[in-house]
Amino acid sequence: MRASHFCAGCGHVQPAEPTDYFSFFGLPRKLALDEVALEREFYVLSRKLHPDLYSRASEREQAWSLEKSSQLNDAYRTLRDPISRTEYLVELEGIELEEQSKTATEHARAAGVEKKQSVPPELLEEAFELNMLLEEAKAGGVDDSLREQLVSTQESLTTRLNGLHDELREAWRQWDEGGSEARAAMVDVLNRRSYLRNLLREIDEVLSS
Amino acid sequence: MANERVIGIDLGTTNSLVAYMGTEPAMTRTDAPGNDVFIIPGEDGEHLVPSLVALDGEDHVLVGNPARQVLLTTPDRAIYSVKRLMGRGVEDVREELKLFPFRLADDLAPEEVLRVKLGGRTYTPPEISAQILRQLKRNAERFFGEPVKQAVITVPAYFNDAQRQATKDAGRIAGLEVLRLVNEPTAASLAYGLDKKKNGTVAVYDFGGGTFDISILKLKDGIFEVMATNGDTHLGGDDIDNVLLAVAAKDIEGDLQIDIRQYPDAVQRLRAAVIEAKMALSFHESARIEVELPEGKMYRREITREAFEHLVQPIVERTIGPCVRALKDVGRQVDEVVLVGGSTRIPLVRRRVEELFRRKPHTELNPDEVVALGAAVQANILAGGSEETKDMLLLDVTPLSLGIEALGGVTAMIINRNSTIPASATEQFTTGVDGQTSVAIHVLQGEREMAKDCRSLARFDLKGIPPMPAGLPRIEVRFLIDANGILHVSAREQRSGKAAEIEVQPSYGLTSEQVEKMIMDSYDNAEADLRARLLVESRNEAETILSALAKGRKSEAWGKLTSVEQWVIGRQEQALRLAIGGEDSSVIMRAIGGLNDATKHLAELMMETALGSALRGKNMESTGIEEGPEAPHPIGKAEFN
Repeated sequence: MRASHFCAGCGHVQPAEPTDYFSFFGLPRKLALDEVALEREFYVLSRKLHPDLYSRASEREQAWSLEKSSQLNDAYRTLRDPISRTEYLVELEGIELEEQSKTATEHARAAGVEKKQSVPPELLEEAFELNMLLEEAKAGGVDDSLREQLVSTQESLTTRLNGLHDELREAWRQWDEGGSEARAAMVDVLNRRSYLRNLLREIDEVLSS
Repeated sequence: MANERVIGIDLGTTNSLVAYMGTEPAMTRTDAPGNDVFIIPGEDGEHLVPSLVALDGEDHVLVGNPARQVLLTTPDRAIYSVKRLMGRGVEDVREELKLFPFRLADDLAPEEVLRVKLGGRTYTPPEISAQILRQLKRNAERFFGEPVKQAVITVPAYFNDAQRQATKDAGRIAGLEVLRLVNEPTAASLAYGLDKKKNGTVAVYDFGGGTFDISILKLKDGIFEVMATNGDTHLGGDDIDNVLLAVAAKDIEGDLQIDIRQYPDAVQRLRAAVIEAKMALSFHESARIEVELPEGKMYRREITREAFEHLVQPIVERTIGPCVRALKDVGRQVDEVVLVGGSTRIPLVRRRVEELFRRKPHTELNPDEVVALGAAVQANILAGGSEETKDMLLLDVTPLSLGIEALGGVTAMIINRNSTIPASATEQFTTGVDGQTSVAIHVLQGEREMAKDCRSLARFDLKGIPPMPAGLPRIEVRFLIDANGILHVSAREQRSGKAAEIEVQPSYGLTSEQVEKMIMDSYDNAEADLRARLLVESRNEAETILSALAKGRKSEAWGKLTSVEQWVIGRQEQALRLAIGGEDSSVIMRAIGGLNDATKHLAELMMETALGSALRGKNMESTGIEEGPEAPHPIGKAEFN
């Protein structure tokens, strides 16, 4: 159910309550959501909750509007992007993402430990070759042939990354139909995706340096 | 009524402006229904107030044009481009000091707020900016005949937390309640959006005196949603001036064997001359520089646009990187491009923008004024809105990612750049040692992996944690960026449910106690002063219009008025003479308004006579002397035209 944002009588903002992002918008915990409708709802709520509308209201209402509109923006930012939406839902369901996830990275950082990298099996070979290339680049700079190899690896990894989005969509469908085993598939896709993205970022850094 | 006016202020590096949106006060116009957005002129009738603060011989503060002469004769008694110092530390400005004659206090510590010398004392940058704001506030009060207390102030979109906080402090020191800080490019989009209710993607390229911003917005049914912003808070027309100045100084040293750096007043004359040449080159193929030098020598040089473009091209190129990054963040092409800021008059800049975005940029609104106009639109929205603004809502973003320093000196990002504000994030902290009762948190802003490469915002000490075994306390810290782009932090110990005590040490900022003290220092009977000053000013204005009227009666135009018109003028004149005898400036201003309206036709007739047949048939607007805020006294203006 959608959290109550306004007073039924006067239409003014109500105090913020802890709520998850799906409930904030009154949405079920489903992943295939209508992004156009979400944006419309975001605008409708913005027009009612934004601090601009309360700049001359009481301090109490100003504070509520600030809290509520930050919740609204946080919720919209998280849900509109398919990946962060999936990550959020998976975490909401109490599943820790593996080593490559952003949270894991931050936990590792906070604890001051070197982050483990588990390589998805189908990427083992490519990742190994890429690491060789990257080390070569770091040691001796990027010449034309090396650049060519890196660009071609970049292209093939990008294709894989885009392919993952189809897999993810399929997992969403299963999840939304109540298939709880889809969780494992989603976690797996997210982990492979963040691994791929790390590789792509490294290539990008080398190519643009 | 007085408390309800909210003004919009563009506090620029080079020039500042104040604008207002609303039904104009009766003294300037009675026949205009609806809301207008307009710049409020200064006493000299000028829209632009140079962001220049100086001390005269008796240590009185001068702001704007009156301060110019001081800058040219005794440059050590004047400060310009102080915006470059806002929210910065001594180690940030080392490079600037080579180019700008800022005289810093000698006893500055790192991460301390800067102080600059002026006359016999030192001032923080917010105090200097407050002098400019106070002048703008005065201009508005003079215009309305009533006190003004609330404002919207614009800041570069790429300003960080410390720079924003410093601007807000400046407003408070000037006696203004700052209802909102608005990003300059976003404000410009509001001014453009007012009459073009369109949907689509718009890029605002804002190249001003000292800062560069690029913002890309999505416009949808009155919602102005910023999608990405980027920029450089130390890149602007100032840098172009410095390049030209350096070239000229070298020239002078080579040709005339004078080291101009030894003569600060000559440097300022040269600076003024190269700026004039720069501006001329936007409209002419070449310009002349002529400056009087010490020892009776003269520096003369002709510069072509081609040579100029060659010199400034590297500076213009520095704006391209941020544009490319913003486009990448947005991931799509833009439908329209808008140019803002004086530096966008340079033809080279226009060419580069057109090449990059593959769009002919919009330049319909005056690039010097559009930001202030937009600030006035936002002020109108905050004041409750009007028919014109009722559907408009601005959703801005934070320009820089917010992070905290984690073990090993790395940055853990908690709110990403380009997040719509207000935005928040909650983080859990705990202790590392048994019985530990405080935890230090270092908050950062920036995009870099290592904390030392990001901007230090503040260090927080979470105190009063109940002694527990290591790792057991759960302290929840909430970081909230408000609609001004300013960070607020609160903390709670979860097990005890107690709000944890936070001690904040802002880096490069003023503490609230310091700001309070500055407000008290500057207060000096401001209210009583204001009334006295308004009275004097309104009487002066009344005298001006009365003496103009006296001349009008003797002119040929007087005979062309109908007897009814002549009678109405006589009545209004009498009313004004009575009002001058009283002590109420608002009564005087109203009477001035009445006489102004009554003499409008006379002023037109006088102008026609004065300008002869060449202009006949054109309307008042094209003569630049239209009634309204630009020229509150048509009759006075006509005298000079």
